[in-house]
Amino acid sequence: MARELIFNIFRFNPNTPDIRPYIQTYRLQEEPQMNLFIALTRIREEQDPTLIFDFCCRAGICGSCGMIVNGKPKLACRTPVSDLKRKITLYPLPVFKLIGDLSVDTGIWFRECNLRTESWIHTNKAFNENELEERMDNKTALNIYEADRCIECGCCIATCITMNIREDFLGAAGINKISRFMLDPRDNRTDHQYYEIVGSDDGVFGCTALMACDSYCPQQIPLQKQLAYVRRKLLIAGLRAG
Amino acid sequence: MGTYRRIHTTDVLIVGAGLAGGRAAIAAAEAGLDVIILSIVPPRRSHSCAAQGGMQASLGNIAMGYGDNTDIHFADTVKGSDWGSDQDVVRLFCETSPVAVRELSYWGTPWNRVVAGKKKLPNGQEVEDTKDKEGYITARDFGGTAKWRTCYTSDGTGHCMLYTIDSVVVKMGITIHDRMEAISLIHDGEYCKGVVARCLRTGELVVYLSKATLIATGGYGRLYAASTNAVINEGNGMFIAQETGIVPLGNMEAVQFHPTGIVPDWVLITEGARGDGGYLLDKNLYRFMPDYEPKKKELASRDVVSRHMMRHILKGLGIKHPSGIEHLWLDIRHLGAKHIYTNLREIAEICIFHGVHPEKNLIPVRPTQHYSMGGIRTNIDGAAYGLKGLFAAGEAMCWDMHGFNRLGGNSVAETVVTGKIVGKKCTEYTLGTTLSYSYQMIEDNVAKQKDRIKKLIEGKNGKEDVYKLRTRMGEILWDKVGIFRNGKDLQEAVDELRELYKRSQNIKLKSGGMGASPELGQALRLPGMIRLAICISYGAVTRTESRGAHYREDYPKRDDANWLKRTLSYWSDLNADLPVLKYEDPVITELPPGERGYGESATK
Repeated sequence: MARELIFNIFRFNPNTPDIRPYIQTYRLQEEPQMNLFIALTRIREEQDPTLIFDFCCRAGICGSCGMIVNGKPKLACRTPVSDLKRKITLYPLPVFKLIGDLSVDTGIWFRECNLRTESWIHTNKAFNENELEERMDNKTALNIYEADRCIECGCCIATCITMNIREDFLGAAGINKISRFMLDPRDNRTDHQYYEIVGSDDGVFGCTALMACDSYCPQQIPLQKQLAYVRRKLLIAGLRAG
Repeated sequence: MGTYRRIHTTDVLIVGAGLAGGRAAIAAAEAGLDVIILSIVPPRRSHSCAAQGGMQASLGNIAMGYGDNTDIHFADTVKGSDWGSDQDVVRLFCETSPVAVRELSYWGTPWNRVVAGKKKLPNGQEVEDTKDKEGYITARDFGGTAKWRTCYTSDGTGHCMLYTIDSVVVKMGITIHDRMEAISLIHDGEYCKGVVARCLRTGELVVYLSKATLIATGGYGRLYAASTNAVINEGNGMFIAQETGIVPLGNMEAVQFHPTGIVPDWVLITEGARGDGGYLLDKNLYRFMPDYEPKKKELASRDVVSRHMMRHILKGLGIKHPSGIEHLWLDIRHLGAKHIYTNLREIAEICIFHGVHPEKNLIPVRPTQHYSMGGIRTNIDGAAYGLKGLFAAGEAMCWDMHGFNRLGGNSVAETVVTGKIVGKKCTEYTLGTTLSYSYQMIEDNVAKQKDRIKKLIEGKNGKEDVYKLRTRMGEILWDKVGIFRNGKDLQEAVDELRELYKRSQNIKLKSGGMGASPELGQALRLPGMIRLAICISYGAVTRTESRGAHYREDYPKRDDANWLKRTLSYWSDLNADLPVLKYEDPVITELPPGERGYGESATK
């Protein structure tokens, strides 16, 4: 039986600050295999062209559409409305700068995060066009891929308690990036260099271990495991240096 | 307060931050040039990230790829293109791709690696990967190739490549302005001098002036009602280049349909699923592809597989989905849960949020618009015809290596190969030139865009709804300019699109168009999108032969005597509702036109 869905959506546009934030209600007839991408697009195109939200790949790969769906961070495009109750409440992800309505600036945040964690391969070798690639064990490649699967959607950041208390906390996504490069034999950074980046309360020691990040990662990256790995490595590095 | 807020000046302006744009930016920045990249989304959200399957490079590391080389890759690509490609370009591409894949490895892409040992393939064949190749970059099978050549990281290849390229962009401190959309080129009829852009945070217009401008905005998939493409793929770079009147688009009628878009919302299921051993089944659970293609089976080129699938559906052997769409099944159950959840993990995730568990359920699929072989016509350096200082790379360009059909794995390869080559050529050009402009020119260009916006907001010409027009355009293309084409349908498409183009001048915004209004963004793009749709349809109705993905039921044979040539569409007058078509010969250096070895001619 097709339901009439009721959407309660957070509205605020920083370009018109005089209009205070409010909740706007939309009604939409449910259709088979409707997800939040289809539903929100339909609302914008048929009911309210002022509604602002972000979608891109609509396949759960690009990380654009993180939002708070009935109190939980989710990728909207991967959320079928059939999984939800008739009343659906949508808020933008907290922590990130609001662009408007459901759209937040995850791009700038993650660029900053990539700069802070220096998320690139550090090596003194130069690339030689005439040489074969360096060999790598396939298991190592798969382990790197496991951490590299992060799509920077921000769900782990939005759900993190520490993040909400400590503005400069790196969050699970940032720490996972460190783990990704620690696992990579092509990156020549020493444990000490990693310690300089994440060996503080704004880094891996700030985590209060509530692990909502692990529960809400849409990519199901084992963030708890990645965090423990970085913490263990840095504790050992810290003890040795101590 | 002027008519615009800011002017930025740079050596190289790159429009698009996906794999092609990012790689080109690195090339320019390495030479010490000032670079600004514009992107409508944060760079890592670009559609490059959605490429799942892999990148073709003839490394020959894996048993099924032993003996591979650039000559075989060349022959596969030219046959795949149905001889529509420029062979000097294909040669350059094939020679560069192995270097590009190794460069990515150097920068950090976690390519899957060869594991030594004996293996049994899904078809029962036994092979052995030898110890001397262990740990080198491995490859999987893709359609239309003689060897296993497609390098991959599970099925997140594009994602990992994009994150690698962007990591270098971040490391080099290259300036990126994200949520910034180029809405027109600034030029003086001889030189391209930059763009007028619209900020998608505030709606303000911003001017970018540059010695060279490189367009890397990807394809136009979203013109079609059903496409695997991201919602941002609306052909922006192509239509702002064509709008100059002097830059032509090449082979716009060459549109690729991917055999396996998932029903009903057309998310891509990678060719890797068939490459790794997946089957296509009909309503009787019968594996039909070997009947049509005894040799290549599910792995003939994409145009060929898509046509056989549609024929099979038209024979009444499809399955009716609850949404009403007729489809076929993709079966990967026999690959086993371990393989599916390791090597095909992203598609497993996609299946699951469609309610399909691929280790035990069949996946509903149907051919779907996927790729634009056509694009901004450039020479072998990526320099656009018609305007100095304008370059293009990746899917937005037609330099032209794909001709009338692109092989799987060749587009991701093309992004980084052309980013590397065109980035270098664009740098050489920039080092030898300077920028001259007048403020009058800037004011005029901005005023023109301001005027368009004012008209849309005021709606003095009429009350057309932008979304309704866009939806209708998508339906026309999908219904009449699809996998099977004929003169009557194509002519109807051209006629109705011309009408739509007129109506698109009469849009009135419902939102008021304030700030970063998404409706205003769509309304600014729509006339350009419809022009592209007309170029596709008009090119297709004019080309009275079948070649690659362009298949005419009324002209089912390739006609080399009359049509071994590339279409160039010019839109010289914005008030006109048809492009001017010109033609040029493809460059043939090594392989004269012949049989592809699969497809319709081979089955007779």
